[in-house]
Amino acid sequence: MIAETGHFALILAALIAAFQCVLPLAGAARGDQRLMDSGRTAAVAQFLFITVAFFSLMHAYVVSDFSVANVVQNSHSAKPMLYKIAGVWGNHEGSMVLWVLILALFGAAIAVFGRNLPHELRARVLAVQGMIGLAFLLFILATSNPFLRVDPAPMDGRGLNPILQDPGLAFHPPFLYLGYVGFSVAFAFAVAALIEGRVDAAWARWVRPWTLAAWCALTLGIALGSWWAYYELGWGGFWFWDPVENASFMPWLAGTALLHSAIVVEKRDALKSWTILLAILTFILAMMGTFLVRSGVLTSVHTFATDPGRGLFILALLLIAAVGSLGLYAWRAPGLRTGGVFAPISREGGLVLNNLLLATATATVLLGTLYPLLLEALDAGKVSVGAPYYNLTFVPIMAPLIVAMGIGPMLAWKRGDLPGVLARLRIAAIVTGIVICGAILLNDGPLMAVLGVGLACWLFMGALSELAERIRLFRIPLRESLRRLAHLPPAAIGMTVAHVSMAVIVLGITASAAWQSERVLVMAPGDGVDLAGYRVTLDRVEKVPGPNYTAERAAMSVTRKGNVVTVLRPEKRAFVTPPQTTTEAAIHTTWLADIYAVIGDPVAPKAGEGGKAGWTVRLYHNPLVPWIWIGAVIMVVGGLISLADRRHRVGAPARKTRSAETPAAGAA
Amino acid sequence: MRRLLFILPVSALIILGAIFFMLLADKTRDPGAVPSPLVGKPVPAFSLPRLDGNGSVTEADLKGAVTVFNVFASWCLPCRVEHPVLMRMAADKRLRIVGLNYKDKPEDAKKWLAELGNPFAVVASDRQGRAAIDFGVYGVPETFIIDARGIIRHKHVGPIHASEYPDRIAPVIERLLREGGGK
Repeated sequence: MIAETGHFALILAALIAAFQCVLPLAGAARGDQRLMDSGRTAAVAQFLFITVAFFSLMHAYVVSDFSVANVVQNSHSAKPMLYKIAGVWGNHEGSMVLWVLILALFGAAIAVFGRNLPHELRARVLAVQGMIGLAFLLFILATSNPFLRVDPAPMDGRGLNPILQDPGLAFHPPFLYLGYVGFSVAFAFAVAALIEGRVDAAWARWVRPWTLAAWCALTLGIALGSWWAYYELGWGGFWFWDPVENASFMPWLAGTALLHSAIVVEKRDALKSWTILLAILTFILAMMGTFLVRSGVLTSVHTFATDPGRGLFILALLLIAAVGSLGLYAWRAPGLRTGGVFAPISREGGLVLNNLLLATATATVLLGTLYPLLLEALDAGKVSVGAPYYNLTFVPIMAPLIVAMGIGPMLAWKRGDLPGVLARLRIAAIVTGIVICGAILLNDGPLMAVLGVGLACWLFMGALSELAERIRLFRIPLRESLRRLAHLPPAAIGMTVAHVSMAVIVLGITASAAWQSERVLVMAPGDGVDLAGYRVTLDRVEKVPGPNYTAERAAMSVTRKGNVVTVLRPEKRAFVTPPQTTTEAAIHTTWLADIYAVIGDPVAPKAGEGGKAGWTVRLYHNPLVPWIWIGAVIMVVGGLISLADRRHRVGAPARKTRSAETPAAGAA
Repeated sequence: MRRLLFILPVSALIILGAIFFMLLADKTRDPGAVPSPLVGKPVPAFSLPRLDGNGSVTEADLKGAVTVFNVFASWCLPCRVEHPVLMRMAADKRLRIVGLNYKDKPEDAKKWLAELGNPFAVVASDRQGRAAIDFGVYGVPETFIIDARGIIRHKHVGPIHASEYPDRIAPVIERLLREGGGK
């Protein structure tokens, strides 16, 4: 009964969404306040019904209702409660329900909190949100209904893929979706602005907090996913340029560009049509990611049971959204009045450079992801594009971006003084020079490591120099500087924090890539091996029962100069339903490095070949690798600080009264 | 000119959409297929004992007729899924089906074939998996389709599901049979 209620609620939500696409749009065109307001009611109602559907599905999982096909396929009565709940979105159907739930949440948030938005803009934004919601609800109802029953109900379920039974992964999809779907708001704002034919500073000010919130969630979602890959897959790496990782990374890159270009629209009334295009492309990239993952066009670890019918449906949605929005763009964007002019060397110029580089980086990743498909479509054979391509193309784009990140924030709006800025950055340059010399002397890895360390140092020092400059540190009394610091707008502090976090991430990636030590060997109990100044000894391997698996757990003591540092306990878990083994890496972190151990298969001694019995063991020493995730968390904190800026909450200055074609002048 | 620039994004997306559609609509396409370097090459040389103990099997046994060369093991669950498909193929008298029993105890394999039926004209027993290495086998089951001249023309990784057979396997076999070399 509860499952049917959920199904029914989804159908109602789809009907409401259908009204939401039409009525507010008509209201905005005619200036009919009542029709426009119906969009708000519809958005809230749609959210409530999808919430009912979502919790109906969750109920089926929590009580292990095996008369629901989706629960049978993805859950098991012996599964811990956390994974019963996470199982709701650990499969295709359920994850799509989460997708529309988050979409409707954003829609309702605009309806409820968007009080200071002009009514026409709000109505149009809600209408576009309604269209996206309707499309995905129809997709769920037509091809991926999570509430289908099975009769007779089986005694037990088939279980969730054990590799997904992990706390990191339980929360990875919700954050990722918050990010993906959050960009739908920017998309809706962009389409609404194109319909209105007007983009101004006030528009940018409304778009920015939504984009920022989505970007924070996506950053966290990607970080959680890569953290999971690091400790669960047991390959010792954290990023594999898998098509699905790229699918989340492209919207992130485009979204980062959007965050920065929206600043130019807000402050200087320039880069309007470019910002609109970015807002559209960011969401289309997020949707394309969904398509690539769900249609089975590409294979990857993330491919759920795929179904060509679903693929065609999502492709149709993608094309309608893309052709509709970009067609509207082609039609309306040329009419947008360009705003403020600026010299190439200026804050705007720096942000344009940022956008060019980030857009190129996005295109690079897009090309690498789609290249195998394009070749195949041209019947030119199958290839796979891997890390070497990205190292060769992505790094050379990121390096100048990071150099520019040190300089850009110091430049003045309109016309910057580059020699003056470089003079103010001399301390940063000197420190970077010293660090690079030190790195050359100490480095025993590849030369790229020196570059990475140098870039990280430059960015770190550059961000601090900018902050010091703002508070006039050492040039006015310290107390006065601190007072200035306390009165800085949160947006400025958020930027410094986010830029510093980038330096931390660059350093983590560089160090773990360049100076990783790896040992792969067969160890019998009692054997020891040296690893980056530590000695790792395999003490024993024992069988341990778990809630829904049995594990082979090794105990490896790690000593340094005879003192015990820690005991690592990597496991190999054998699950029964479904039959699959997973590796649980054991990680000891000193925050400066990780010691990472994975136990593999037992090795039988080969008769006559002198081989010994034992277990295959892989050991890694990954310097600074925790900094990647620490950096990502700091980055999110930076975003949140910026989000706390009063500017985003206090109403933007009132726009001039509605006039469809003339852009409002100087609204900021 | 400036107008054209604004039309560029939508045109690019339409072309991309068309490519996606082509790939999706192609039912014979297997996104997981890894091109085997052996496709188009003659079968590697090998010599293995027959499972029934009567002499040996060599690469010569894969030549002279269109041959389906199937790698299987009694311990492999997906092979059970695939088995009925092989039995159906065995009913087609134009084909020869040869098995490679991979890292398996001969008595287990014999019991397995006795229980489920034996689609194979002959089965080679590869207890060490040495021949399988030359064939580039990285999991069971795997199936090679070999033409009458002994050239590997197609490789299928994983079990052949009954639903895949008409789209992915049958057309290849029919093409090879038309080229000549039904037994």
